[in-house]
Amino acid sequence: MTTGTTTSVRLTGITKSFLGVPVLHGVDLELRGGEVHAVMGENGAGKSTLLKVLAGVHKPDSGSIEVDGGEVSFASPTDAQRAGIAIIHQEFTLLPHRSVAENVYLGREPVRRMQVDRRRMIADTRELLDWLGEEGIDPADPVSALSVAQRQVVEIVKALSTDARVLGMDEPTAALADHEVELLYDLVRRLRERGIAILYVSHRMREVFDLSDRITVLKDGQLVTCAPTSELTSEDLVRHMVGRDLGEYYPDRATPDDLGPVRLALRGAGNARVRDLNLEVRAGEIVGLAGLQGSGRSAVARAVFGVEPFTRGAMEVDGSARRVTRPRTAVRLGIALVTEDRKGDGLALRQSVRDNTLLVRRAALRGARSRVKSDLSALLDKVNVVARSEHQEVRFLSGGNQQKVVLAKWLAVEPTVLLIDEPTRGIDVGAKRAVHEMLRDLARRGVAVLMISSELPELIGMSDRILVMHDGAPAGELPAGASEGAVMALATGHGIGEVA
Amino acid sequence: MTWRPRLAEGTAPALVFLLLLLIGLAIVGPAYSEPAGYLALLKRAAPLMILAIGQYLVIVSGGFDLSVGALVTAGVVIAARLIDGDESAAAWVIPLVLGFGLLVGLVNGLITTKLLVPSFIVTLGMLLVLDGATFLWTGGAPRGALSEGFRMFGRGAAEVPLLGAVPWSVLILLAILVAAVLFMRGGTGRALVAVGDNEATVRLSGGQVDRLRLLAFALSGLLAAVAAILLGGFAGVSAQVGNGLEFRAITAVVLGGVLLGGGRGSVVAAAAGALSLESLFTLLNLLGVSGALKSAVQGVIIIVAVAYASLGGGVRQRLRLWPKQRNHVRPAQPASSS
Repeated sequence: MTTGTTTSVRLTGITKSFLGVPVLHGVDLELRGGEVHAVMGENGAGKSTLLKVLAGVHKPDSGSIEVDGGEVSFASPTDAQRAGIAIIHQEFTLLPHRSVAENVYLGREPVRRMQVDRRRMIADTRELLDWLGEEGIDPADPVSALSVAQRQVVEIVKALSTDARVLGMDEPTAALADHEVELLYDLVRRLRERGIAILYVSHRMREVFDLSDRITVLKDGQLVTCAPTSELTSEDLVRHMVGRDLGEYYPDRATPDDLGPVRLALRGAGNARVRDLNLEVRAGEIVGLAGLQGSGRSAVARAVFGVEPFTRGAMEVDGSARRVTRPRTAVRLGIALVTEDRKGDGLALRQSVRDNTLLVRRAALRGARSRVKSDLSALLDKVNVVARSEHQEVRFLSGGNQQKVVLAKWLAVEPTVLLIDEPTRGIDVGAKRAVHEMLRDLARRGVAVLMISSELPELIGMSDRILVMHDGAPAGELPAGASEGAVMALATGHGIGEVA
Repeated sequence: MTWRPRLAEGTAPALVFLLLLLIGLAIVGPAYSEPAGYLALLKRAAPLMILAIGQYLVIVSGGFDLSVGALVTAGVVIAARLIDGDESAAAWVIPLVLGFGLLVGLVNGLITTKLLVPSFIVTLGMLLVLDGATFLWTGGAPRGALSEGFRMFGRGAAEVPLLGAVPWSVLILLAILVAAVLFMRGGTGRALVAVGDNEATVRLSGGQVDRLRLLAFALSGLLAAVAAILLGGFAGVSAQVGNGLEFRAITAVVLGGVLLGGGRGSVVAAAAGALSLESLFTLLNLLGVSGALKSAVQGVIIIVAVAYASLGGGVRQRLRLWPKQRNHVRPAQPASSS
């Protein structure tokens, strides 16, 4: 299981095409035991394909793979596993109703006298958990009783139980809550100390800087750079990934002249999840809503939109008091909600770009306001959706293009209040910038924007004001350009009730 | 640029299958060397096609309607009992039967959407209730008789300029098909498909999910009543007239490439699926295959069609004779990141 020797895996000149479309050309990558090697790149840069080549899922068209100096060829993931390479996928593959140990040894259960040797399975799993320093997980517990972060640990233990010495991790923090991310960092560091080689695929700049020893950047299937993390800055990385200088990250903020009348006002509003909300959002302004996961920041948007309506206090839209008890009412008042889960409730994935874009117009605004001037293709041009045609199903689009379709869906009805939750989650750097510019552009045209984001640089860079939530209530308001420290202090509950 | 017809995924194979069957009929059956033969086929298939259109509306929005077969039987039995040979009665009995179908559909829809019972269970229950009620009311042997005025729609023909005598059922079918196509192209129809794909998205887009699903069930009930009127006219009164029709309609819809669970498929393809099924039975009959095999054939079809749809692009890619040229096109990437 543990080895004193350091493993190394070397991929040289890996080329891979799908249906004649090159996805990787001549990519080199080296992984060493005891090192975290991050791979970054925009969506479609080839990160996942590279990972799959390493895992034996895809066979490269050319190029070689060496493990510990000997050339190998993987015909299947099983071959890669035998060579000590395992991948932790974004989607978890555990069976929720089976125990941790049963999951770890799924399909490879130790057998004794024609029976599954449960005792040994549990003992071996416990040994691995102890080795990782994860004593908190009981191998006999069902997986359904574990948190998302703990399930990830089980995935890793499962990989280690096959004697894996090289772990590939694909966006490991995507499914984790903020406080679980730290736990994962610790775990990755412990794996590194124990001589495991880690290939870490991620979008998140900060994560990569916190964890990795080396960074490889891919763009359009080609290797752009590979350098020790200490020699790179985040500006370098962005430039490498995008292939151009992004210069200023965020569009200019609103000036006092840009601000119009109050479009959305909450007065002492609350429900079961949030309370004591007093908030005004003006035309032309982007108000950021910060807070830890579970602090009620998304619940505010859902309450305004009538998904879980306010039960106390008052809400005003464009100066008149309104009770919004269902989304339809909100939509008809000119309120739009871009949710954080675009695949879950933002899009109908099997419908075309066209049908998704027209969904609100068709579903909510029959009659009265259904004839909106903007015509569909002009709208799709404006948000710059890249699709084969407007009849392509949206599930085939990249995350960034999907998000643009969600925005187009709302722009089609010209909302006056836009609630947007995690505007750029899981989309690449180029699309991120486009979304940011679109939001600012909307604000300039007189839309009141309430933006929720767990990415502090984005929140601070975009917002004209920041309201910080803590435990279901506002903890304080900060001006534009506040420091991350100030936001975090309020979000974590410091500075409340702390008098001098 | 060449113009290519835009078909929902799964539609093209359904149409090809139908075409092959029709060619097969022309080869095997002497009656199918001229239009009259096909017109007779269409007349025979009309009730099933109408049922398939109704079933399509429910399936594409994410449900099932198992009650339509029992509803057809109930419609015919009620009509026979009420008319009982009275020529003048058809004028009020027909609207009554249609109203009954609509009512049953509304009840199905209301229970599904308001009491949150899965439609599979609701309509299965409705099937049993209608069957039981029909049996109780008729004692197993339906009484009464249908009038000529009632039966005209199922077996009569209308003089159409240029075409000559065209069966009423074919005309009714065409009218319903055209209406259904227009409906599905409109905003409400597109929203209905979106409900089958992702209910939460439609709700958060301000759509009235419950009302849309209710509409689908109501229309399915109404169309089942139309099918009852045509079948009663065509085949006469019997307590078995609707037996198994719900499964035949579902098979037809699946054969039309409509995704079970909703979210994808075209109404034309669903109707084509029904016509394919009827053609297939006719073909087997001409080939001397026992009619007893009907349900077995149906069973095989439904499994094969769903398997074909589930296996997805990979297998179809391999089965494709001429791989598509994809060079100028961005690779279609799955939606997951990177």
